[in-house]
Amino acid sequence: MESSVLVTKDLNAWYGENHVLHDISMSFPHNHVIAVMGPSGCGKSTFIRCLNRIHELTPGARTEGTVLLDNQNIYSMAAIKLRRKVGMVFQKPNPFPTMSIYDNVLAGYKLNNIKLDSQERDQIVHDALIGAGLWKEVKDSLHQKGTFLSGGQQQRLCIARTIAMRPEVLLLDEPTSALDPISAGKIEDLIVELKKQYTIIVVTHNMQQAARVSDKTAFFYLGELTEYGKTDKIFTDPENSKTQSYITGRFS
Amino acid sequence: MDETSLNIRKIKNRVFTIGVATLTVISALPLVFIIFYVFKRGISAISWEFLVTLPKSVGEVGGGIANALVGTILIVLVASILAIPVGIMAGVYLSENPDSKLSKVARLCIEVLNGTPSIVIGIFAYLVIVLSTGGFSAVSGSFALAIMMLPLIVRTTEETLQLIPESLKEAGLALGVPYYRVVFKVVIPSGLSGILNGVMLAVARVAGETAPLLFTAFGNPYMNWDIFKPMDNLPLLIYNYATSPYQSWHQIAWGASLVLITMVLIMNLLSRWAIKKWKVRF
Repeated sequence: MESSVLVTKDLNAWYGENHVLHDISMSFPHNHVIAVMGPSGCGKSTFIRCLNRIHELTPGARTEGTVLLDNQNIYSMAAIKLRRKVGMVFQKPNPFPTMSIYDNVLAGYKLNNIKLDSQERDQIVHDALIGAGLWKEVKDSLHQKGTFLSGGQQQRLCIARTIAMRPEVLLLDEPTSALDPISAGKIEDLIVELKKQYTIIVVTHNMQQAARVSDKTAFFYLGELTEYGKTDKIFTDPENSKTQSYITGRFS
Repeated sequence: MDETSLNIRKIKNRVFTIGVATLTVISALPLVFIIFYVFKRGISAISWEFLVTLPKSVGEVGGGIANALVGTILIVLVASILAIPVGIMAGVYLSENPDSKLSKVARLCIEVLNGTPSIVIGIFAYLVIVLSTGGFSAVSGSFALAIMMLPLIVRTTEETLQLIPESLKEAGLALGVPYYRVVFKVVIPSGLSGILNGVMLAVARVAGETAPLLFTAFGNPYMNWDIFKPMDNLPLLIYNYATSPYQSWHQIAWGASLVLITMVLIMNLLSRWAIKKWKVRF
């Protein structure tokens, strides 16, 4: 059996009285891309927001169940430590507007007051931007503001900022839904590339995207995990009729 | 539709446009006239001497406003040091906890404070500081002015920070940054231009306040750098000199008015410049 970096057991989540996730039990193997799909409001975003405990910052939100990262329960860990191991990239690119490209990549260190000498800083920025496929485009403008980049470049900058912290897991919440097709394509190539070093969980609305980039696919419906398995199998021979009607476009 | 009713509509439209434009001119005119008259009467008093010499006693020729100028700058500076940190922090709390009970009560208090007559705030400062310390002092005047600055700073800070996208805060939190550091290093810097604008408008607003200084800073015909002693300032000097019977003092009051109005105008222009300079693009 393959080893898993992240495991959830009977994970439940609420917004106030609204029960949005029901008993989700999944495991995420090392160096895989796992796509999380499902119609709007099915709880897929809430699910990955539970995995780095950003969910609980929403007023009235709470969770029950267990999430294990390397066999450690994330709910008995300090949330700020967990979030350095489980990085997240959001739907809309959100570079820090007051910082340069260089400082944006280092934001995780700067904001946490982690001291680095200038050589380490240069190395981290270089590696993270190469890792995010952005180095060639920005290497001559590292000290300009990140907000002057295009949307796709901003999103790759956000990925660079996240991998600069050397996390174990990357959570991508619809990372290409605000981008044009060419920029989205670059991000998809990047996801496949990043799989060598990280476990990536990507929420997506785009079925072709899930089919292209992921090794495993989870299908969520009304807050429940309907089906989870190898992407090839889910797309060619789904077991559940709900999954089948979703991927054949009968509802969205 | 026939030709005449169409023409009537056109005429009505024209009359309305002209009417609105006229009223706009009327609301802009007072400032133009104030600046014109203050400039016309005050400019002859202005000289380098006027800014750097102390007032002279009645009958003597010349004399300046150096002590009042220094006093106004010092009193407003101390008021800013008192009000800015409190105001910004309160604004941060209100924008971060918009629906808490404390926020609702505090917002109401700040609104009422904003409408409280400045003389009442002066009396309050007199009771709390002057009576308890046993004498008039610049710092009691600063205290009164700081109270007047608070509502403006709190409100502009709150309004500015509310415009900052939630996604920016999440970006910080997702990097494992503790909440308070996200507020200080991400949220406040992103809203800096708006906050600075509020601060400068608050300074401009209180720089010309007279009533709260009447029985706090009190005034002082000599040069004084000690904020725990009575201190002169421009609004009080204008008030005292303009109500005196001496022609030469009236001239000094006009000159001081010109200096004061120029200071306020500069603060306003600076705040506009600050908005542009530190505007953050999201």
